[in-house]
Amino acid sequence: MEYLPNIIFAILLIFGIGFFAKNVKKLRRNILLGKETDVSDNTSKRWGNMAKIALGQTKMVVRPVSGLMHVIVYVGFIIINIEVLEIIIDGLLGTHRIFAPLGSVYDFLIASFEILAFLVIVAVVVFWLRRNVLKLARFIKPEMKGWPKSDANWILYIEVILMGLFLTMNAADYQLQQLGAADYIQAGSFPVSQFITPLFDGMTASSVILIERTAWWLHIGGIFFFLNYLYYSKHLHILLAFPNTYYGNLKPKGEFSNLESVTNEVKLMMDPSADPFAAPAEDAAPPDKFGASDVQDLKWVQLLNAYTCTECGRCTSECPANQTGKKLSPRKIMMDTRDRLEEVGRNIDQNRGKFVEDGKQLLDDYISREELWACTSCNACVEACPVSIDPLSIIMDMRQYLVMEQSAAPAELNAMMGNIENNGAPWPFNQMDRLNWAKESS
Amino acid sequence: MNVPTMASLFAEGKQPEVLFWVGCAGSFDDRAKKITKAFVKLLNNAGVSFAVLGTEESCSGDPAKRAGNEFLFQMQAMTNIEIMNGYGIKKVVTACPHCFNTIKNEYPGLGGTYEVVHHTQFLKELVDEGKISLEGGTYKGKRITYHDPCYLGRANNVYEAPRELIKKLDAELVEMKNCKSRGLCCGAGGAQMFKEAEKGDKEVNIERTEQALEIKPEIIAAACPFCNTMMTDGVKNKEKEASVAVMDIAELLARAQDL
Ligand code: SF4
Ligand code: SF4
Repeated sequence: MEYLPNIIFAILLIFGIGFFAKNVKKLRRNILLGKETDVSDNTSKRWGNMAKIALGQTKMVVRPVSGLMHVIVYVGFIIINIEVLEIIIDGLLGTHRIFAPLGSVYDFLIASFEILAFLVIVAVVVFWLRRNVLKLARFIKPEMKGWPKSDANWILYIEVILMGLFLTMNAADYQLQQLGAADYIQAGSFPVSQFITPLFDGMTASSVILIERTAWWLHIGGIFFFLNYLYYSKHLHILLAFPNTYYGNLKPKGEFSNLESVTNEVKLMMDPSADPFAAPAEDAAPPDKFGASDVQDLKWVQLLNAYTCTECGRCTSECPANQTGKKLSPRKIMMDTRDRLEEVGRNIDQNRGKFVEDGKQLLDDYISREELWACTSCNACVEACPVSIDPLSIIMDMRQYLVMEQSAAPAELNAMMGNIENNGAPWPFNQMDRLNWAKESS
Repeated sequence: MNVPTMASLFAEGKQPEVLFWVGCAGSFDDRAKKITKAFVKLLNNAGVSFAVLGTEESCSGDPAKRAGNEFLFQMQAMTNIEIMNGYGIKKVVTACPHCFNTIKNEYPGLGGTYEVVHHTQFLKELVDEGKISLEGGTYKGKRITYHDPCYLGRANNVYEAPRELIKKLDAELVEMKNCKSRGLCCGAGGAQMFKEAEKGDKEVNIERTEQALEIKPEIIAAACPFCNTMMTDGVKNKEKEASVAVMDIAELLARAQDL
């Protein structure tokens, strides 16, 4: 019976991590439903971007208030993980505060964890107020109703609970150290939780131990829970921000990639010597569908983008279409892509690894044409995103599908394209008049 | 105004230093044609060796590509590239940020690689080299704000050349609350110029014009024919055309030189 806690802990650990690993596998499979794209270039630049944007949070501080708060929570999160390492070792070995022999270093570590935990609680409260009391515009857009809204609040509640448990555990520990309870060696420095300790005055050592143990177990259990909550939440960004910024676009933002399948056909059309009846080469791929109407038509980096989106709405708040009351919201484009991808993923799970046509697609069932046609391709959303997501590329791929597969452009755009085709200008002017301006008086 | 064409220079066995890509707006739109002419006068005055394609120029394909018609875009691009490569063109300057972006970034993959500069960058070089001198003080102390075209700014990170030119005019450059990388679109990009906007509660150009008028400029400087149209319409809508002018950087420079 002596080893029961160790065994329970080991089982908890295996389940916690095992379930998480299973979700990561599913995540990877879903992302790879997207089309291939070559991102093997410029590795040093890519690492640099990741260090700067994900680790260094350079894009977050463009908005100083939320940026600074976010940095606190983020640094707190990373540093407090050192403590989690100690907890895991203690749990497995049945030790207590195994890093305590580090002496003054240990005191320093625990003290800084406590201060960070306190700052995290402050930041989280501010975040909560911004969302629920101040109701900042970008947090109350239509796409933020329902789960996205409660998800955002759940994350904040879980963070406060975890930090609260951590401080309670330390406070109880400190009390026990002062009481000289067995196993509770003098270790650590408790600049924050010492203010909680007086609450335990007058309690027996065994009650305080009960509180300490409960807080300890709930804290580590909560961490495993949170780890597994990520997959279902916008909080996934804490992991995916890293690969996403690594694979982020390196070209000028104005450069939209040229469709290779189109290039081949245009070359054939323009080359009078090409034999139109020549048999296609053996290894020629079957002609692509042009553009995207569903998630599988997008590139895998775009799908990674969708899972990385933290629903912060910085993109949407900078979007000229959204600012002027149009339906388009670049954040919604990303959320829809993720939702549809999840749906496709579930479909594959239910049908033993094969996607069975479900009569739905990203276009129309999730993203309307009205949204797609409202975009000015201004790149404000791309510039604003703190984790290098490119909503514009999805909009453009879907427009390509509408125009090239369905000839479903708005009538005025069809007229514009007809003009370009016939007279080389988007307006009905004759190409032969192109130089008339030079003859007109100014 | 002296506007040589590539074809005529070619016939004389000459090669200009730079091709001036005029673009559809610059060729046909009444307002944009004024910008084209102002730029040509500056080139003439600075003694720049340039030529235009004239009737051999065709739409760069930008609006087709942004509308989703990759076919039409690539047809246009390859036709233009064939002509430009035929003349052995090395350097291109254009007053249209859309043409600039497309030719600079999207033509290389289709076989057309040139050094492409925007006219504000080109003019800045001419000023730096002393080929354009800005004395006289037509704009001394005037409040000028600059609207960043999306396809010049965010799309290609050109923020400073136009601003430095405005400063060289001895004018007071005032910035809107959204400027540079956070500049608000005028509403014309992505082929929006050619269609009605989707349902909403405001036009984008009105929103942008309001941002500009907020800081009480005498002149709104633009560097794109489409932005120019959108901002001009916005100012008219606000009935401010008597006190606020919308001008291209090239027009400012030409006027400063009494051209
Ligand atoms: S590129 Fe399109 S979606 Fe993105 S901010 Fe501009 S208009 Fe909005
Ligand atoms: S795309 Fe980027 S900016 Fe937009 S909501 Fe998602 S994370 Fe935020």
